[in-house]
Amino acid sequence: MKQAFRNDALAKVTGRAKYTDDYSMPGMLHALPLHADCSSALLRGIDISKAAKMPGVLRIITAEDVPGEIKFGQIIRDYPVLAHKRIRSSGDVLALVVAQSRGEANAALKEIKLELKDSPGLYDPHQALLPDAPLIHPEHGSNICNYHRVRTGDITAGEKEADIIIEESFSTSRVEHAYLEPESALAHLRPDGVMEVIGSMQHPFSTRRFVAATLGFELKDVEVKTVPMGGGFGGKDDTAALVCARAALCAYLCGRPVKITYSREMSMKESYKRHPYDISYRMGVKRDGGISFVQVRMVADGGAYCSVTPWVTWRSTVQCSGCYEAPNVHCDVYGVYTNNIFTGAFRGFGSPQVNWAIEQLVEIAAEKLGMDEVDFRRMNMLKQGSVTVTKQKLDSHTVSLNEVMDKVLTEIDYHKKRKLCSFGDPSLDKWYGIGFAISYRGMSLGAEGVDMNSAILNVQPDGSVLLETGVHENGQGSESAMILIAAEELGLPVSRIRYRMPSTSNIPDGGTTVASRGTIMGGGATTKAAEILRSIISEAVKDHMGKSVDRFEDGWILDARDQRICSWDEAIRLCYSKQIYPYAFGVFQAPRVSWDEDTGHGDAYFTWVYGCQAVELEVEPKTGKISILNMVAAHDVGRAINPDMVKGQFYGGMTMGAGYGLIEEMPVKEGAVTATNLHQYKVLRSTDLPEMTAIIVENPDPLSPSKAKGIGEPTLEITAPAIANAVYRATGKRYTDQPIKIRRESEDNG
Amino acid sequence: MKITVNGVCYKLAEDMGARLLSDWLREDLGLIGTKIGCGIGVCGSCTVLVDKLAKRSCLLKLSDVQDHEITTIEGIANADGTLHPLQEAFVDCGAIQCGFCTPGMVISALALLMKNPRPTRDEIRKALKGNLCRCTGYQQIIDAVELAATKLYSTKQSSK
Repeated sequence: MKQAFRNDALAKVTGRAKYTDDYSMPGMLHALPLHADCSSALLRGIDISKAAKMPGVLRIITAEDVPGEIKFGQIIRDYPVLAHKRIRSSGDVLALVVAQSRGEANAALKEIKLELKDSPGLYDPHQALLPDAPLIHPEHGSNICNYHRVRTGDITAGEKEADIIIEESFSTSRVEHAYLEPESALAHLRPDGVMEVIGSMQHPFSTRRFVAATLGFELKDVEVKTVPMGGGFGGKDDTAALVCARAALCAYLCGRPVKITYSREMSMKESYKRHPYDISYRMGVKRDGGISFVQVRMVADGGAYCSVTPWVTWRSTVQCSGCYEAPNVHCDVYGVYTNNIFTGAFRGFGSPQVNWAIEQLVEIAAEKLGMDEVDFRRMNMLKQGSVTVTKQKLDSHTVSLNEVMDKVLTEIDYHKKRKLCSFGDPSLDKWYGIGFAISYRGMSLGAEGVDMNSAILNVQPDGSVLLETGVHENGQGSESAMILIAAEELGLPVSRIRYRMPSTSNIPDGGTTVASRGTIMGGGATTKAAEILRSIISEAVKDHMGKSVDRFEDGWILDARDQRICSWDEAIRLCYSKQIYPYAFGVFQAPRVSWDEDTGHGDAYFTWVYGCQAVELEVEPKTGKISILNMVAAHDVGRAINPDMVKGQFYGGMTMGAGYGLIEEMPVKEGAVTATNLHQYKVLRSTDLPEMTAIIVENPDPLSPSKAKGIGEPTLEITAPAIANAVYRATGKRYTDQPIKIRRESEDNG
Repeated sequence: MKITVNGVCYKLAEDMGARLLSDWLREDLGLIGTKIGCGIGVCGSCTVLVDKLAKRSCLLKLSDVQDHEITTIEGIANADGTLHPLQEAFVDCGAIQCGFCTPGMVISALALLMKNPRPTRDEIRKALKGNLCRCTGYQQIIDAVELAATKLYSTKQSSK
């Protein structure tokens, strides 16, 4: 067995790995935020007089103290670093207390007095869409944060062709990321005038932009460095970047290093969640099993701020009909402002919501047709050369939906076990069910954004290598994957390569490490850098030793006849002695994508991945308790760079996805989260899970330089619908709302 | 008041008794391997050994542990600096992702193996119930504990 490789495993398993809160500096102060705790009000005044006199307090900072810009956003700038005049969300930060210790800062927070004038809040996205609804952001002119659509074929013709029309509505939960490490940031103004920041965030470059804009600095005067991060899952993008900006603001105004570390309570109160969706489908099917049309309307609650709602809902739009061919599609998707806690990036990014609905809908359709759900999927699924509902032809890579589905159904013995399902048989004490779901997923950002990444390979005079990329280590093992790619490309053992602590001042802006784009984009850039480096070294060897290099292997430079020309170290010494730097900068620009907002047509993503997951479970009719017995997943990853880490993504994604279907739901009251900590917001524990099986499918992708694709998000996006389908076969009832709460007989009768 | 941490005995003023063990370990002793994920004893990131039992250090005051021996993640490697077989197994099985839960997981697993050197996978699951992990789905962590138990047990058998 090939052992798992992680460059950071030793530090993490010995407790030596230093996360942001583990750092401190001489003279360091601590700051904490004051949250609004009400979701809609006019902020008439903040009385800090008593709090400012509390022991240990150095300064209390409000919006008036911000030297630069106050509002931020990657798409719409509506999210305040410190709220000013108007409160739109209970998570708004109104003031920062800077004190000698966290305890003293905490005590002073309680003494700040607010003068508020209540204004009515909007908590239902459907009401927010009504023409007379008050505006959350008057300057935006509408409560519709964004609108996307798809218009393919002729929906009326599709209706005429349909023998059966199925109408069904679904809803999905507001979910907490629940990364184990709460937000933290440490900032200090260096003697050279650079504001240096470390923080628990997954987008060092937007963090740098937010810090620079808050202070009125140029980007060259802010340096964001990466330290180990205790999980992100998409959740450490906007909020975490603003925590860093606030620490920098405090450090700038106080002239001393400042650390902000959130308690879990603060993290839950302020951080954005997964978008809850209301989804209404109409699907037409023909007697022969073909889909004749899909009509869908989705309303996503974006909460008080835009964050990345337009991008999240765009993915839902592109993937609005699931992984199926549909000739006629009419899709409308709305991202809506409300006064609820805002929503943003979360592993899956708009696909888990759609898959929850569509993967149940196709089974409902199959059943109405009297067709097997496997056959229905096989007939309608996207195949090699198929055209998607946005008119993208899938011919640049292997379309492996059928392959992943077959692998999972065979492994779990679906057809045999399908016959054992209980369908709510009243004579049984326990109901058994099996279910599955399939998906396709566009890789990386697609037409939602600029998509490129870079890597630096800097070979030192002794032959050891420093590697850096624009990808962020969120905990997934991206640094290890980059090292493995470089090692393979250069024919070196991993021990010769060190991943340098990345800095925004050294590597160009590579965008955010989200969208399962780390391996495909960073790995692509690393592959390109290695190609350049090999040609630099090959040229030096040719020019000065007169020999043609064929390849790099096991620390040797070989010619075409497998003869060793020289060792790697000798070649590097040669380079330096001949005034040649063995240094390469590689860039991977995502291949062309396109999108037409009006028609919803385009080559939305440059490549796609395919997955299938199946679940067996048991339901206790008396208590409604659901126990998962088995989970199996197959995902096409292009090429598995670090197989054990790929499996880790499978297991972790399935677990998070199972929680999404079964228990996770962030309660809110008048827009404010009411769960204060992990005892009230529960995630699955080791005893809630069965043994899982991970089947890695590899169809190398020609458009990915490393041949690898992404795996972070695909693993999460179909577990919940697989569970819902299994619950249906156990209970005989469809659960279209998340999380699944089993209705007992007495409730049904009442 | 005396408290032993990783074999070193600390003498403390009595008025330190109300201080949280987790804060004292992290802030005064610099033992930052003990992590704070929730601060209310539900996530398990701050787990340490108190004598031979796994306890959440964010719920303990120093007065609760006076005259006891505390072992943190920094204290479990072998005397020569090589990894404890449990730590080795976590590395080899790919049981580590973000790593924030890892110290607490290793400590809880160690407490289990001291009590039950040959646990079943179900027993391992039960022993780790108090430790949350949001990355791994626990499976490779359970693989690691199982592997370490097998290795430790066979070493013990062969040294008999």
